[in-house]
Amino acid sequence: MIGTISQDRGTKTLKRQICILVIFAVLACVGFIMSIMKGSVPIPVAEIGQAVMGNNAGMHEQIIMNIRLPRTIVAALVGINLALSGAVLQAVMKNPLADPHIIGISSGAGLMGIMVMLVFPEHEYFVAPAAFLGAMGAAICIYFLAWKNGIRPIRIILAGVAVSAFLGAGISALLIFYSDRVHGALMWMVGGLAARSWPHVNIIYPYTLVGGLLTMLGARHLNVLQLGDEVAKGLGLRVELTRIIMTAVAAMLAASAVSVVGLLGFVGLIVPHAARLIIGTDYRCLLPATALLGAAVVTLSDTFARTVFAPTELPVGIFMAVLGAPFFLFLLRREL
Amino acid sequence: MALETRALGVSIRGKEILHNVSICFPGNKRTAIIGPNGAGKSTLLRILAGLEHNYEGKVLLDGQELCGIGRKALSRRLAILPQGMTAPADITVERLVDYGRFPYRSWLHSSNGKADREAVECALRETGLRHFRDRQVAELSGGERQRAWIAMALAQQPEILLLDEPTTYLDIAHQLEVMQILTKLNRDYQMTVIMVLHDINHALQYADELVILKNHGIFAQGTPEKILTVDMVASVFGVKADIFLNSRGKAVLSPVSIVPGKKHEMIV
Repeated sequence: MIGTISQDRGTKTLKRQICILVIFAVLACVGFIMSIMKGSVPIPVAEIGQAVMGNNAGMHEQIIMNIRLPRTIVAALVGINLALSGAVLQAVMKNPLADPHIIGISSGAGLMGIMVMLVFPEHEYFVAPAAFLGAMGAAICIYFLAWKNGIRPIRIILAGVAVSAFLGAGISALLIFYSDRVHGALMWMVGGLAARSWPHVNIIYPYTLVGGLLTMLGARHLNVLQLGDEVAKGLGLRVELTRIIMTAVAAMLAASAVSVVGLLGFVGLIVPHAARLIIGTDYRCLLPATALLGAAVVTLSDTFARTVFAPTELPVGIFMAVLGAPFFLFLLRREL
Repeated sequence: MALETRALGVSIRGKEILHNVSICFPGNKRTAIIGPNGAGKSTLLRILAGLEHNYEGKVLLDGQELCGIGRKALSRRLAILPQGMTAPADITVERLVDYGRFPYRSWLHSSNGKADREAVECALRETGLRHFRDRQVAELSGGERQRAWIAMALAQQPEILLLDEPTTYLDIAHQLEVMQILTKLNRDYQMTVIMVLHDINHALQYADELVILKNHGIFAQGTPEKILTVDMVASVFGVKADIFLNSRGKAVLSPVSIVPGKKHEMIV
C-alpha cells in the first residue's frame, strides 16, 4: 500500500514543506500587521503602509512609529530568537526537553535582572545588559562544569539543572528580602512587552541577524548530529566543535531576547516542537519554520494580551502559556 | 589500501582494553574480527575508524598516521557503521543515504550536484533499495533498515568499510542478504571490508581473513582454513565444538558443550 504511493513522495514532501513555510510566513505577517492595527486606538491597514513609507503626517503616525511598530518588531525578534535557540538546543542536546532554560539562560538572566531591579532600582536602565551578562555567565559556567574530555549532553543537562536551582535560590531570596518592590520583578519574570521601543529593537536585532545566519549555516550539521555522535563522527562531522559553537549561538540568541523582555518561557520549548510536528525534522526547513512560527506566536499573543482585557494589559508570557500549551497538547495527541 | 596498528594499547579508566596489538588488515579483503565478549573487538574497530583517539601506539592508513588525516578527508576514505544506530522518525531512505555525502560538502559548498546524485543512486542500487527511496527508515523492516545504513556508508565512496556486528537482530535470510551485499562490494569495487562478527559461522563463510581477539590481544590471524581448529575454539571461546564441511566445502562450527574450567578463565 505504502509502496504504490511512495514513488513521488519525495517531491510531495518538498511541496508540502514549502507550503507550510508559506503558511507560517503569512501567519507571521498577519501577526505583525495585527499587532500594529489593534490597540486602544485602532489603526486601518492603509495608514500603516503610509506611515512606514514616511509620506503621511497623520495623527496615527506617532502611535505607529513610536509605540506599535517598535514593540511589534521586538515581539517578532524575540519570538525568532527564542524559538531558534530552542530548536538548536534540542538538536545539540538530543533531548526533547532542551530549551534555553537548560543552559541556564533564564536563571542567570533572572538573578542579575532581578537584582538590578530590586537592589538598585535607580539603575533600571541597566537591567537589560545585566540580564544578558547573567545569562551568558550562567551558560559559560554550566559549560565548564559539564566539560570533561568533551561535552556530553546529559552532563550539560544535569549541570544546568543544578546551576539553575542554585541561582533560583538567589532569585527567591531576593524576592523575599525585597518583597515590597516585587511587582516589577514579577512582571519581568513572566515576560512582557509593555513599553518596549526602539532602543530594545537595537539591542536584539544584531543577534537575530548573526544568530539566524549561523544557525542556518549549521542546519546540515545539526541534521547529521541527529544520527547520533558515532555516526556523525564517522561522516566527518566534528561533533564536539559543532556542539560548542551551536550551544554558544543558542545562548546568545536566547540571552539577547530574555534580557529585553524578561523570562519568557514556552516559546523556546514548544514552538520548535510544534514546528517539528508540522514540518518534520529536516533542520534546513525546520529552522526557518521555527523562526517564522516564533515570530507569529509572539506577535499574535502580544496583540491578544493587550486587547482582550483592555484597558488591563496581560503580560504576553501568561497569555502564551494559557493558549499555547493546550494547542501543543492537541498537536501531540494528533501526531503520536 | 591497508590499515594497520602498531603496538596499539588502550585503557579506559585504568582498565586495560587492548594491549600491544600489532596487526595489518590487508587491502581488498574481507576480514572478520571475532572473539569472546569483552575482548576489545568494538574498541579496536572504533580506533580503526578514528572515533577514539586516546590510545598508545600507532594506527596507520597506507602508512599515514590516522590522527594526522583530517576528519572529513578520513570519512571520504573510510566509513563505519557502529551498533545501535537510530534515525529521526520522519527521515526517508534517500535522505539518509544522502547524508553519506556529508564528507564531500563544506559550510558554504552544500552540494556537488551530479557526483552526489550518482553516488546516492549507486548506493541505493547496490543495496537493492531503489524502490524504497521515499519510504521512511522507521517503517522499514530490520533487514531493510540495515541495508539503508549500509547504503549511507556506501555514499561516502569509501575504500574501507568497517562494520560492528552488522547482522545483530536480523533473521537468517536478512543476515545472509547483508553478508552477500558486503561480498559483492568487496568483489566489484575492491572495497576492503573489516567487520566485527559474533556469529563464527558467518565469519567462516564470508571472510577471507579471521582476526581472533582474546584477553585484550591478538590470539591468531589468518585464513579460516588455516586457523580454525577444535583446539582454537576451545581455548578462545571455552566451547567444545564439532567442525564440519558444508555443501560448498566451507567449514561450519557446531558448538557442543562448554569446556569445564575454561569458562572461569575467560571471565578473568
